[in-house]
Amino acid sequence: MENFNLILPEIFIALSIMFLLVLGVFKKESSKLVFNISQLILLITTVITINETFAIDRVTLFKDSVVIDHMSSLMKIITLLGAFLVLTISTNYLKTFKLFKIEYPVLILSSVLGMMVMISSNDLIVFYMGLELQSLALYVLATFNRDQLQSSEAGLKYFVLSALSSGLLLYGCSLIYGFSGSTNFDIISNQLNSDEYVLTFGIVFILVGLAFKISAVPFHMWAPDVYQGSPTSVTLFFTMVPKIAALTVFIRFLYVPFLNLIDQWQMIIVFLSIASMLFGAIAAIGQTNIKRLIAYSSIGHIGYTLAGLATGTNEGIQSSIVYISIYIIMNLALFSCLLMLKRNNKYYENIEDLSGLSKNHPLLSLSLLAILFSLAGIPPLAGFFAKFYIFKAVIEQSMFFLAVVGLLSTVVAAFYYLRIIKIIYFDEEKEKYDEDHSIWLKFSLTFSTILILLYFIFPSQLIDVVSRINII
Amino acid sequence: MNFPILSSLILLPTIGALFLFFTKDKEGNNSTAKYVSLFTTSVNFLISIYLWVSFDQSTSNFQFIEDRTWIEGFINYKVGVDGISILFIILTTFITPLCIISVNNSVKKRLRDFLIAILILESFMIGVFCALDLVVFYLFFEAGLIPMFLIIGIWGGPRRVYSAFKFFLYTLLGSVLMLVAIISIYWISGTTDVIKLYELGIDAKYQNLLWLAFFSSFAVKTPMWPVHTWLPDAHVEAPTAGSVLLAAILLKMAGYGFIRFSLGLFPVASEVFTPLIYALSVIAIIVTSLIALMQEDMKKLIAYSSVSHMGFVTLGVFTIQQQGIEGSIIQMISHGLVSAALFLCVGVVYDRMNSRLISSYGGIVTIIPKYSILFMIFTLAALGLPGTSGFVGEFLILMGVFKDNFLVAVLASIGVILGAAYMLWLYKRVVFGKLINSDLKSMTDLNRSEYFILTCLAIPTLYFGFYPDPLINTIEVSVNDLIDMYNKNLLIK
Repeated sequence: MENFNLILPEIFIALSIMFLLVLGVFKKESSKLVFNISQLILLITTVITINETFAIDRVTLFKDSVVIDHMSSLMKIITLLGAFLVLTISTNYLKTFKLFKIEYPVLILSSVLGMMVMISSNDLIVFYMGLELQSLALYVLATFNRDQLQSSEAGLKYFVLSALSSGLLLYGCSLIYGFSGSTNFDIISNQLNSDEYVLTFGIVFILVGLAFKISAVPFHMWAPDVYQGSPTSVTLFFTMVPKIAALTVFIRFLYVPFLNLIDQWQMIIVFLSIASMLFGAIAAIGQTNIKRLIAYSSIGHIGYTLAGLATGTNEGIQSSIVYISIYIIMNLALFSCLLMLKRNNKYYENIEDLSGLSKNHPLLSLSLLAILFSLAGIPPLAGFFAKFYIFKAVIEQSMFFLAVVGLLSTVVAAFYYLRIIKIIYFDEEKEKYDEDHSIWLKFSLTFSTILILLYFIFPSQLIDVVSRINII
Repeated sequence: MNFPILSSLILLPTIGALFLFFTKDKEGNNSTAKYVSLFTTSVNFLISIYLWVSFDQSTSNFQFIEDRTWIEGFINYKVGVDGISILFIILTTFITPLCIISVNNSVKKRLRDFLIAILILESFMIGVFCALDLVVFYLFFEAGLIPMFLIIGIWGGPRRVYSAFKFFLYTLLGSVLMLVAIISIYWISGTTDVIKLYELGIDAKYQNLLWLAFFSSFAVKTPMWPVHTWLPDAHVEAPTAGSVLLAAILLKMAGYGFIRFSLGLFPVASEVFTPLIYALSVIAIIVTSLIALMQEDMKKLIAYSSVSHMGFVTLGVFTIQQQGIEGSIIQMISHGLVSAALFLCVGVVYDRMNSRLISSYGGIVTIIPKYSILFMIFTLAALGLPGTSGFVGEFLILMGVFKDNFLVAVLASIGVILGAAYMLWLYKRVVFGKLINSDLKSMTDLNRSEYFILTCLAIPTLYFGFYPDPLINTIEVSVNDLIDMYNKNLLIK
């Protein structure tokens, strides 16, 4: 008998999704109820996850195809909380666009379920199943604003390109299965013989698929269009949550079965990292739409995360996880600001619309100032520490080239963040925006801004949690 | 555990800024904000004076050390002062209240925000001079960019956006390489604690690269030729108080960094690169003096003179001799007082006439005599007349350089002559001559606050010119031991 307690969070979410669907069918006008219940479900699942799995060092279930360890529980908690916050702060936005429907939370829950499966997977098949579950839900979410051409375009584009990358990924899986005779990560790692060059092809195909999911250069083409076209609340979800799961799989895939082949994949990751950092920084300069700019900036940030992964050490993994956690908080704060740019039931999302914001909305501008400088990695804000850990891990492996390129690209990136600050603080003011935001939106902005501003007082806490992760 | 006096010096302005943030003044009236910020910075000045009084001048050990775990097993929050850094802290706490008094006249809009930015900047500047851990130093060093960027960008002149961006990106580009070097030092030596690193020394084979990385940051900040171009732009566009802080304190961070880190941590590399520094400094002294001669904008002229004066500083630091280094430190303190005063002097006439062009003035000596006298004192101090603090520094530096390299000393001395030329010419064109522009007749002489600020700056300028002993006594032991340690660590292989 397996220990079902350990996958109780997944089971609970799966049952809840079915219950919510049934509820939506039979009860009229139930969207508010479904929203509230799904928020509650996410919170309960978080509590269950903390209770059942947080203390566990490493356990495998179902013939080693599912693994529960520190990384999986931490990443699940971040995923769940991220999804919870996305749901809570986007209700007003959805109501404005008449998107406040029961399908929305249900789709978010199903993609979260897919991500949780991905995070815990220790087997190529399980991993692929989770990946497809979350992707399918995400395609629909991207097109959620059906009446808008851009949204449909975004969803379709995402679907086609994502299907292509899934195909590549699956092909890579089959190659690896062909050489190792198993889909299980642990067994693959024992069976491997590094002389098999075709095996490298398998790894490359899978890496391509994964790089697509986290939108690393050169597989980033979909991101700007999809981010811009999707409803803002969905973009928020895209920038925060799926990245966590994809990153976890990235880590597990590279470091469990293929750690011995580090010579083969290290160069690939370094290339992805450098290309993403530079491209993200340079391409963002010319953008006028904030969502599109965030897409490019997220490409750049993924580059830094990958730099941590390229090291091949536990410390590198930990620094990547710290980076993505801080990045998520900064993103949450940035999108909270974006969701506040509302006037007469219309949301504004061009950079020009921020012009002179500091005169009418001093507090909002101050938060934006902190967030943007933090994204640019200027001390003493949280974003600096994120970069600092990454480069510490990188330099300890003597990868100076990567460190120098990475830090130089922060200077380029600083330029476009400064440009936004310039527009907020130095330019002429425009009309006032509404100030009647939901309490949750205000709370999430205040909370995340304070975390960004005061992170330097207690920098050790996050490290303590993350430093228990021990993959190698 | 003693009272954490340095941390309170660092924190107090920030607390004042927070307080300002939550106070609301009535429309158009900012008196609370002014009084709160003036009070905070004055208290800070008194604390730093107390620090100087209770400072033990007979030892070069770091004093008032605070050491707390910050990032478990990696970085400690460590601050402390020795004879070198204490003077810079006092300079900072002395200049900031004067800046706050001066904003009465020059800053027209969003005064409260301006004061908040200045207070936060003061915190960071003090932090830079106290930090005894490389990461803590970097943190403060970089963080200062944020308020300065806003000061130039929001309250600056017509080309403020360009100047603010140039300032920020130049400095950031220099600094990121220093970050790589700092992390590398941790990787090589296992610590970023400055005191421990002084004892251990750093492996000689890495020193050249590390030195260059630190140099890239300090050279931009100093600023040294040829990366000085951001400075004239930033100065011209920044509001008076911003220019004052930039010239008086922010530039000194780099000079301080050269002494504390480049000399202290990388003696082998410093020996290798001294000719480079000499060459760049001499070029800076002569070339920027020539450029200064040609300027038509008063602020730009003083900005270029800053580059030239900082050239003397870097020259003095890398003589690695008692007189040279002491001269550099005194030159920095003196330049902090004098350039601050000169920018304020320009600010005074700018507030009245809205012009910084030299050609729009002339013959104002009869209209505003008090101003002309104070302006003359600072002009003479800037060109290094004996009896002013500018002389002591330049003289000591040249003495140090003469011992080391005759040619460089001769060339640098030419810079002194050029300095006298452009400063005197500036003074002549602005103050003396025929009164051509009849608008000038309506100018009023210094008001009380301006008179107070300029007198406050003139007193130490003259006092330390005649009697530099208090400064020299404070730094002597520290500089001496720094050179001993330098020679000891030079043998590390």
